[in-house]
Amino acid sequence: MSARPRLLEADHLVMEFGARGVMREKQTVQAVSGVSFYIDEGETLALVGESGCGKSTVGRLALRLLEPTGGSVRFEGTDLGSLSPSELRAIRRKMQIIFQDPYASLDPRMKVYSIIAEPLVTHRVYGAKRETEARVRELMSRVGLGPEQIDRYPHQFSGGQRQRIGIARALALNPKLVVCDEPVSALDVSIQAQILNLLSDLQEELGLTYLFISHDLGVVRHISDRICVMFLGRLCETGPTEDIFRTPLHPYTKFLLEAVPKPDPHLRKEKKALLAGEMPSPVNPPPGCRFHTRCPESGDICAQVTPEMRSFGARQAACHFIR
Amino acid sequence: MDTADNGTLSIKNLSTHFFTRRGIAAAVDDVTLFIPKKSVVGVVGESGCGKSVTALSVLRLVSRPGRIVSGSVSLGGEDLLAKSPAEMRQIRGSRISMIFQEPMTSLNPVYTAGRQVMEAMMIHGGTGKAEARDRTVEMFRAVGIPEPERRFRAFPHQLSGGLRQRVMIAMAMVCRPSLMIADEPTTALDVTIEAQILHLMKELQETFGTSIMMITHNMGVVAEICDYVYVMYAGKIVEQAGVFELFDDTRHPYTLGLLGSIPRHGSPKGRLLGIPGTVPSLLDLPKGCRFSPRCDRAERYCSEREPEMYEVAPGHKVRCFHCSGGSKGGSP
Repeated sequence: MSARPRLLEADHLVMEFGARGVMREKQTVQAVSGVSFYIDEGETLALVGESGCGKSTVGRLALRLLEPTGGSVRFEGTDLGSLSPSELRAIRRKMQIIFQDPYASLDPRMKVYSIIAEPLVTHRVYGAKRETEARVRELMSRVGLGPEQIDRYPHQFSGGQRQRIGIARALALNPKLVVCDEPVSALDVSIQAQILNLLSDLQEELGLTYLFISHDLGVVRHISDRICVMFLGRLCETGPTEDIFRTPLHPYTKFLLEAVPKPDPHLRKEKKALLAGEMPSPVNPPPGCRFHTRCPESGDICAQVTPEMRSFGARQAACHFIR
Repeated sequence: MDTADNGTLSIKNLSTHFFTRRGIAAAVDDVTLFIPKKSVVGVVGESGCGKSVTALSVLRLVSRPGRIVSGSVSLGGEDLLAKSPAEMRQIRGSRISMIFQEPMTSLNPVYTAGRQVMEAMMIHGGTGKAEARDRTVEMFRAVGIPEPERRFRAFPHQLSGGLRQRVMIAMAMVCRPSLMIADEPTTALDVTIEAQILHLMKELQETFGTSIMMITHNMGVVAEICDYVYVMYAGKIVEQAGVFELFDDTRHPYTLGLLGSIPRHGSPKGRLLGIPGTVPSLLDLPKGCRFSPRCDRAERYCSEREPEMYEVAPGHKVRCFHCSGGSKGGSP
């Protein structure tokens, strides 16, 4: 695994959004507060967490679709923050994104051909239209769309097929990194399986690297090599997928894994360890460890000192009480 | 088990069709379903399988161009399809209640949470204002809403998704219905909140003896909370069994496909079983078995004749020519 070159490295990313409160007073939403991670070529790193934990924001920061308030992202060793707009545009050919909602992410007035060809046209990849069309057809067959569908509009497709169109568009420029932001959450399970299989096949054939953002732990376990668990803008735990699922270290990870309804009635528990309370607000996050207000294991130190990420074998976790 | 009189709800041969300009869509087609007292019965399937329309048919809330065309629905032995609209209004909310997927859109944004729950009681329970208020606060406490007196005065937008769903459940339970229909109640919630809500529903079901009809697409939710399960595909029930039997001795290829589509513990990284193709349009259903075009076991006769429900074990029925397990009946 160490033989793989590092593709992307995020260092202490911070993202704050300005907002207005009910009395129109200025507020700061601390969406991401010091998140560091890396992705090696050809691997799948999953970002998991509940709504509002900042996982999608991290995905957008990784592509520099958002300008971070602090921290840096290096792609193949190049600091994205140091690039001019035209250099950034050139490097973006190597990084693409697939969105959650296949209904909202495709322009309803464009035909499939124009949707998939758009990145090719924007980046002036081919001179002749004939070449562009040949590439679009190749991409369509690669993602499992029939050649007769090239002149159809998005509304003529089912959700699963629309997601295939989105995938074809993301692959048009032969990217190295694809950020998948909840790519299967809006789909029925049987279709979800088809799309997950497609993503695995494409990774194998094209050597793609995925940053896979999802709240579905079953999906994450299936598809990822490593996981970053996020809670309220910070990382709780990172490490190899199977290690985390077998023996979660961080108290939040434990609750999260316990909460997932398992598709096996024999695993039903009379008493599940339930996480009490609600997610604290990112406008006014708790001091110290952000999880301490809901954590049954918290002590005095948790409210005062922010726990740093510490290494435990192949894993890292941010909690004062892990030995 | 199929004795209608001692159960909460009994649906027999129910068909609900939508008369659209492009043709007739049989959203619910000859569905027979039974909910015993004090039980949680799951209705599972993917979008468009007819699970929600079945629920709306029970409440007689199917709107045009949809219409219940045949069958019977009885609640505690009373025929609901014979009730007048006024009688149905009395039954909804008091004897059958319903909670929906998206609590924000099912709560009225301009009234406080407490007032909306009180209203249900004042209409159905005939209680005075003061008593309704006390019982609402008590119900808020029972569904685990912290600081119930304060939340009573909160507007829906001031509550989180989990709390809103608790308010919905309080509203559904406040008149002590004999049946609660829950349509994807946890789909919009985060997993840790989902676990809380499922736990709460199970707890309330045990305390008040309410039966629950749990409509979901999530096999995890089914495994977690249901006693008995109906699997629907394209308007028809294709398999029904006790929850343990359904997972341990899955028979119908569609159910197998659904379970095989779920990435889970132990499934090797790489390929999921999945189901090829897509759900057929209700306006253009395949001949014979509706699942046959997607089924890996389909034979020629599958696309010619429609299979009946075969009993493969006590309480376990399957609509498939291939699912008799070899020993008893069921072959074409």
